[in-house]
Amino acid sequence: MLLIDCPYCGPRAELEFSCGGEAHIARPLNTEAISDAEWADYLFMRKNPKGTQYERWNHARGCRRWFNVARDTVTHKIYKVYKMGEPKP
Amino acid sequence: MSNQTHRAAQGGIVDRSRTIGFTFDGKRYEGHAGDTLASALLANGVHLVGRSFKYHRPRGILTAGSEEPNALIQLGDGPKTEPNLRATQIELFDGLVASSQNRWPSLNFDIGSINNLLSRYFPAGFYYKTFMWPPSFWMKYEYFTRRAAGLGKAPEAPDPDRYSKTFAHCDVLVVGAGPAGLAAALAAGRAGARVILADEQPQLGGSLLASTDQIEGKSADEWVVDALAELGRMADVRLLPRTNAFGYYDHNYLTLMERVTSHLASPASHLPRQRLWRVRAKQVVLATGAIERPLVFADNDRPGIMLANAVSTYVRRYGVLPGRRAVLLTNNDGAYRAALDLAEAGGTVAAIVDLRPEVSGPMVDAVRAKGIEVLANHAITGTSGKLRVDGVTVMQLARGGVFGEPRSLSCDLVLHSGGWTPSVHLFSQSRGKLKWDDALSAFVPGVAAQVQRSAGGCCGNLSLGDCLDDGHSAGAEAARDAGVSGDAGRAASALGGDFIPAPPVWIVPSDKPVGHNGKHFVDFQNDVTAADVLLANREGYRSVEHLKRYTTMGMGTDQGKTSNINALGILAEAQSRPVPEVGHTTFRPPYTPVTIGTFSGDDHGDLLEPVRRTAIHHWHEGANAPFENVGQWHRAWYYPKAGEDMHAAVNREARAMRTSVGIVDASTLGKIDIQGPDAAKLLNFVYTNAWSKLDIGRSRYGLMCGEDGMVFDDGVTTRLGEHHYLMTTTTGNAARVLGWLENWLQCEYPDWKVYCTSVTEQWATVAINGPMARRLLGELTSDIPLDNESFPFMSMREGSVAGIPARVFRISFTGDLSFEVNVPSSYGHALWTALMAAGEKYQITPYGTETMHVLRAEKGFIIVGQETDGSTTPQDLGMNWIVSKQKGDFIGKRSYARPDTARGDRKHLVGLLTENASEVLPEGGQIVAELKDKPPMVMLGHVTSSYFSPNVGRSIAMAVIKNGRNRMGDTIFVPLADRTIRAKVVEPKFFDLEGTRIDG
Repeated sequence: MLLIDCPYCGPRAELEFSCGGEAHIARPLNTEAISDAEWADYLFMRKNPKGTQYERWNHARGCRRWFNVARDTVTHKIYKVYKMGEPKP
Repeated sequence: MSNQTHRAAQGGIVDRSRTIGFTFDGKRYEGHAGDTLASALLANGVHLVGRSFKYHRPRGILTAGSEEPNALIQLGDGPKTEPNLRATQIELFDGLVASSQNRWPSLNFDIGSINNLLSRYFPAGFYYKTFMWPPSFWMKYEYFTRRAAGLGKAPEAPDPDRYSKTFAHCDVLVVGAGPAGLAAALAAGRAGARVILADEQPQLGGSLLASTDQIEGKSADEWVVDALAELGRMADVRLLPRTNAFGYYDHNYLTLMERVTSHLASPASHLPRQRLWRVRAKQVVLATGAIERPLVFADNDRPGIMLANAVSTYVRRYGVLPGRRAVLLTNNDGAYRAALDLAEAGGTVAAIVDLRPEVSGPMVDAVRAKGIEVLANHAITGTSGKLRVDGVTVMQLARGGVFGEPRSLSCDLVLHSGGWTPSVHLFSQSRGKLKWDDALSAFVPGVAAQVQRSAGGCCGNLSLGDCLDDGHSAGAEAARDAGVSGDAGRAASALGGDFIPAPPVWIVPSDKPVGHNGKHFVDFQNDVTAADVLLANREGYRSVEHLKRYTTMGMGTDQGKTSNINALGILAEAQSRPVPEVGHTTFRPPYTPVTIGTFSGDDHGDLLEPVRRTAIHHWHEGANAPFENVGQWHRAWYYPKAGEDMHAAVNREARAMRTSVGIVDASTLGKIDIQGPDAAKLLNFVYTNAWSKLDIGRSRYGLMCGEDGMVFDDGVTTRLGEHHYLMTTTTGNAARVLGWLENWLQCEYPDWKVYCTSVTEQWATVAINGPMARRLLGELTSDIPLDNESFPFMSMREGSVAGIPARVFRISFTGDLSFEVNVPSSYGHALWTALMAAGEKYQITPYGTETMHVLRAEKGFIIVGQETDGSTTPQDLGMNWIVSKQKGDFIGKRSYARPDTARGDRKHLVGLLTENASEVLPEGGQIVAELKDKPPMVMLGHVTSSYFSPNVGRSIAMAVIKNGRNRMGDTIFVPLADRTIRAKVVEPKFFDLEGTRIDG
């Protein structure tokens, strides 16, 4: 069980959180204009890397805030926890 | 005088002044306080304690610890009984009842032991080879093989005991309280760290409790007493005896099982039986020690054949003489200590059979001084004795085999030792990489994956001095790295306890090839022999993972603690490869078995999940309503009158609502208060219809979809003020919808000025439905005009109802005139009873969720999650009218243009009318257009809702059917196991088709 350092509450056990999957996926602004393939890419396609993944977490059983985590998918090492809107480290 | 025939007159740390009675297989015995079941049985001369898994061979006690593969015991009886416990870990208490396992009719005479005579027909992979054909017979085979191969029995009644769970945090968690663990805890504790020290044994001290060595000029056990006293004085040190650290997970999260009262005869009722500790440690020190390695010699499994160090432990710690005349087989000096211990306690050592070509040194001199014969370059080639070993055959070694005349030695105890195997289980579970230590012939910790150190025996540092030094530095460094800066003091100094590694002997040679004269057991618990390992290798199971699964090697409840390394050695030798090249199997939690109760703790029965009840719940209970669980909510299902079944009650309730007035407790609907200048923008984005022009005081129904265009919630939202809305959600989805809104606001549109607050539990909601609804409500309110002009459909008014401040919504889930009255939760019950009293003259009828479903189905109103299943678009539901063409982008919009969502022949929501009007279709029934004699048939969809409607006077149903809107008027079939139901496809609306009832 991971120990996640919520930027608002401090380190808490993973079971207080829910994972929102890959981070930094911006919603297309011109949804009418983009192709089905581009829309499908936004909707369904995720990177699923071996190594560092940038992902969203929600402190669902705590402050209910969303934030970003840079985590190694092999070792589970968390390199950085950063707030929504902050750039990818 | 004690009748414990094998209890030494003195020695050990059992309390001879306290005698404890217990029974084993129905026979009464006595032991002492401080005994384990194993030591007490040995004190009574009992070695035979079980039958082996596959061959039903008589088995005794091999070890003195948690690694025990043989002595598995059924403890207690009735609902408290627990199977497969290790006798070596069961603390003796008064009245303890234990029995042996896997034998019938008795331990001494076991029918299943015929398997031993037939063993040539039970080779490695026996199950795979034998029970393959015909395939359909597997279930029959399984029935018998499960019975034949079982160990203990599971209890048949619910466990009456309590279990609990707790979290703990510390700077340094030390696992194992032997010399290294104690040294680590002392160092970390002295430095000022918050320390947890856990050990699986009832007494902390590990090997020191049975040691002849000295520490700091004191005997080892005295040093332990002092060390524990010092630790006890430290405020931030928690000592956890009887606590097995069984799992090591990510980010230094470890799980421990504490036996709180399971070792007591009459535990205090407020204490749990066992407790799960969930520890998050800044630093971990693993001091898990090492396990003595058995030697693989012919017929090495008879009762009375034990590991050398286990014999030392029984002699020195428990004052028990496991035998009177012993033979020791060894490849190392350390095991000589056991022979000395036995001799000093009054036993005879007939001979020490040493596998090494030449022996010398202080231990050899010491045993020779006692007059013990040492046979270097010799091997035990066989053993004898039916239910207990009574002799061994010894031959001289030469060129990888044996030669010369066999010599027979009579004995009642055989000790053996093949060296030591570090316990790297937890290190490996933590994803640390193991490395091979050639001198030790064992895997030891290599590169750690977590913030952790291994110290002492589990690192292969097996001499006492090394353990103390290693433990001290690990504890001191852990404290330092945890940010604690106090003085850790110095390491304790040891006298004695030196360790000299010896080359391994994987199979002890016999005078016949392996497998032909007796059995060389490797895995005692799963009855895997050296011959099985060699056979598997010959058959091509060369990978250690394949070997494990083919032979079941290491797959018992002991997880191969005593056997895995020998199997690897034998396999490597057979393949002429070094052991590290062969590799090892994966170490997985739990280290030792954990009860299900420990994992469950209090999370079962009523405490498994929170229950949510409305403010009116007690009234429903008083009316004998059964409850339906909707998420965590308990909702009144229907209100049966005397003699009514559910069908009768629902028919009455549904009819009464349409003819006069009915009320339903709708408090469970999710309610989200949305405020801020961008609230309308948010609604426009999450709902498919337009919200910009909704006036204050007006309500609108909305469908909420995912980005994939699929419906996931619906509900009515009302504009309360300029920047203030109240959204309602379905009962089960309230939290998910709030999360959904927050997700968008926090992650995608943080600049939007909107706050969302759950107010579900702040309001109680009673929906008044039916032609008399206006008249009834009118009697209870004076400040809200109720006529259609002043208070039109889909609007909200504030005022007072029955003297209670209320928000009244004219929204309807029945299609009839309806007022949903919301009052603060604490007034919910008062509102309900006021309505019931005032409504008596209108024959007011409370109705439950079942009637609510019938009434909405009469009108064709959907329920999200019933008519939809996550693959349903608004268009599939025939609700194109609610998807705005004018407004800008919103969630789901782009997906309606995807080819798959845009095609015309998707599954559509339709109505179904059965040919036989009284027949009710089963919900979930599969629908076909072409009927065949038997499956497979082409399935078009399924029935989503189906009821008998008293107001329509017949059964009604809704369904999703492929291309359904183009099948209106068609007959479809629902084939069931015993009959086929025919139905006609119709519009999904059955009652009040013109919609005239809404205004009363």
